[in-house]
Amino acid sequence: MTDSPNTVQAERARSRIAMAWDSDVAHSFRRSPVALISAAVTLLLILSAVFAPLIAPHDPFNPATLNLMNGFTPPGQANMFTGETFLLGTDDQGRDVFSTILYGLRISLFVGFAAVAFALILGVTLGLIAGYVGGWIDTVIMRIADVQLTFPAILVAMLIFGIAKGITPPEYRNEVAIWVLIIAIGLSDWVQFARVVRGATLVEKSKEYVQAARLIGRSPFAIMMRHILPNVLSPVLVIATISLALAIIAEATLSFLGVGAPPTEPSLGTLIRIGQGFLFSGEWWILFFPAGVLLALALAVNLLGDWLRDALNPRLR
Amino acid sequence: MLSYILRRVLQSVLVLLVVGLVAFAMFRFVGDPIDTMLGQERTMEDIERLRESLGLNKPFFIQYWDFLVRAVQGDLGISYRQGRPVAEIIAERLPATLELAAVSGAFALLFGIVFGIFTAIRRDGFAANAIMTLSLLGVSLPTFLIGILLIYVFAVELSWLPSFGRGEVVDLGGWSTGFLTKSGLIALILPSITLGLYQMTLIMRLVRSEMLEVMRQDYIRFARARGLKDRTIHFRHALKNTLVPVITVTGLQLGSIIAFAIITETVFQWPGVGLLFINAIQFVDIPVMAAYLMLISVMFVAINLVVDLLYVAIDPRLRIDGKTS
Repeated sequence: MTDSPNTVQAERARSRIAMAWDSDVAHSFRRSPVALISAAVTLLLILSAVFAPLIAPHDPFNPATLNLMNGFTPPGQANMFTGETFLLGTDDQGRDVFSTILYGLRISLFVGFAAVAFALILGVTLGLIAGYVGGWIDTVIMRIADVQLTFPAILVAMLIFGIAKGITPPEYRNEVAIWVLIIAIGLSDWVQFARVVRGATLVEKSKEYVQAARLIGRSPFAIMMRHILPNVLSPVLVIATISLALAIIAEATLSFLGVGAPPTEPSLGTLIRIGQGFLFSGEWWILFFPAGVLLALALAVNLLGDWLRDALNPRLR
Repeated sequence: MLSYILRRVLQSVLVLLVVGLVAFAMFRFVGDPIDTMLGQERTMEDIERLRESLGLNKPFFIQYWDFLVRAVQGDLGISYRQGRPVAEIIAERLPATLELAAVSGAFALLFGIVFGIFTAIRRDGFAANAIMTLSLLGVSLPTFLIGILLIYVFAVELSWLPSFGRGEVVDLGGWSTGFLTKSGLIALILPSITLGLYQMTLIMRLVRSEMLEVMRQDYIRFARARGLKDRTIHFRHALKNTLVPVITVTGLQLGSIIAFAIITETVFQWPGVGLLFINAIQFVDIPVMAAYLMLISVMFVAINLVVDLLYVAIDPRLRIDGKTS
């Protein structure tokens, strides 16, 4: 009659998957066409960014493969000098627009995810500490949050980018630009996480399981990480998804304004910045394809975040 | 009541002091002013003398205080890039930004309220649903893409409207205005729509949901029972009560309009302070960056304060216990 530990574990694992499949969230996901389509679009874009070196027909950053004669080839048409055809055309330097979009998507998504991860870790940590420890630490953290919230996030990100640019010596500026961008966007976005986690922590702190954990002498660190954190994660997940859309747009905006990704590592925003220069001369594809991809990405992640917020918050249903 | 106002004013002063500290730290620690001001051929005595005359050998907080005093007196340093006083450059550029912000704000408020009422009254109509769906798209479109799209349609394809600049401006004693010439007014159209569109959708959604909320109240039902005309109910009775939160949100959005003007000004090459700020970041012109930061914080803090006080003045319920959330 005794189950071997392996079968018990397998049984548990299976039931966990089954539980996840039967859960309310998964159910509403399967029922919502908007969620399904936006998840599919997001996944497709993430996968094409990850596998960009395999998918892209050209390496846009290898000068050896570039032919200036290929410049300004319209999409789907053969170039009048070289006879080569490009799915989405080429830019002024003869780079394949489809390939630059794939690599640009890589940078946009990398900056977006990294910035949100940074904001999440910073915000959740400070929120937990502010909520659990309280006292003057709480006051200081939340006052800083208040001051920062007075200003739009994009302005804060611009300012941090500007200061960081001033601190780094000119010869390294292009190299560190991506990391500066991540820190700038991350620092401009932690407040949301901190506020929500602090609020949730204050609620959880007074509950009996936390008192019990405190009574058996667990350290404050263990209580915050092992007991409170798992219970405040669902709003964090929603904010993270919505933040991802905002971070992608923020990155694109900064790069478009010329205070973001450097020309050597163009993100979607940089590509749109380059493309805007050719709007009046009729080369619309250099601008419109990267813009379309950015729009699809931002919209899909945004809708996914909206759906997640509604699905995790039963009161709204 | 009085203690609430006092607390809010104190908070605002605190925010400004913190921002001033950030701006001062930028001046002091980002880029060495001595390096920038003295050329290659300098002696230790030169450096010492300049340090002495700039007050850089004083304690940190004394320097900070001197900086604040100078800033309040309008001395914001000298632009590294243009070699002119920053205050002068900003005074030159400010009218362009303020005119753009004012027109965008008016556009957002007017159309936001009109569309909001319309979508609330004709809740299930086709036009109302179309507007709501479009507004969803408007919220997720980044500002700079809206601008580019408008340029493409109205400047490139249709060539109806100019795609950059302010057109002709008239100088009214130091204030250059685009309101008085035809080309100046035409040049305002695309940038204002670009800048105001997001705020418009926001106000529209707010008015709509507030209106729907108010329409469920008993006094509206009573007004209907009295046999009042729909028009009277909607505009005389319902609208008045939806406007309280609209005022707050509009006020707070005024700040973001000024901040987001940076993006619009870059897209349309609009010669305002936002474009100045972006160029300052690109060329690491620290005094201009710091001055812009302080200017915009004074505006933000003032707007927030006025909105908060206005809110208490408008909504009598908040005056009873003298507290707001």
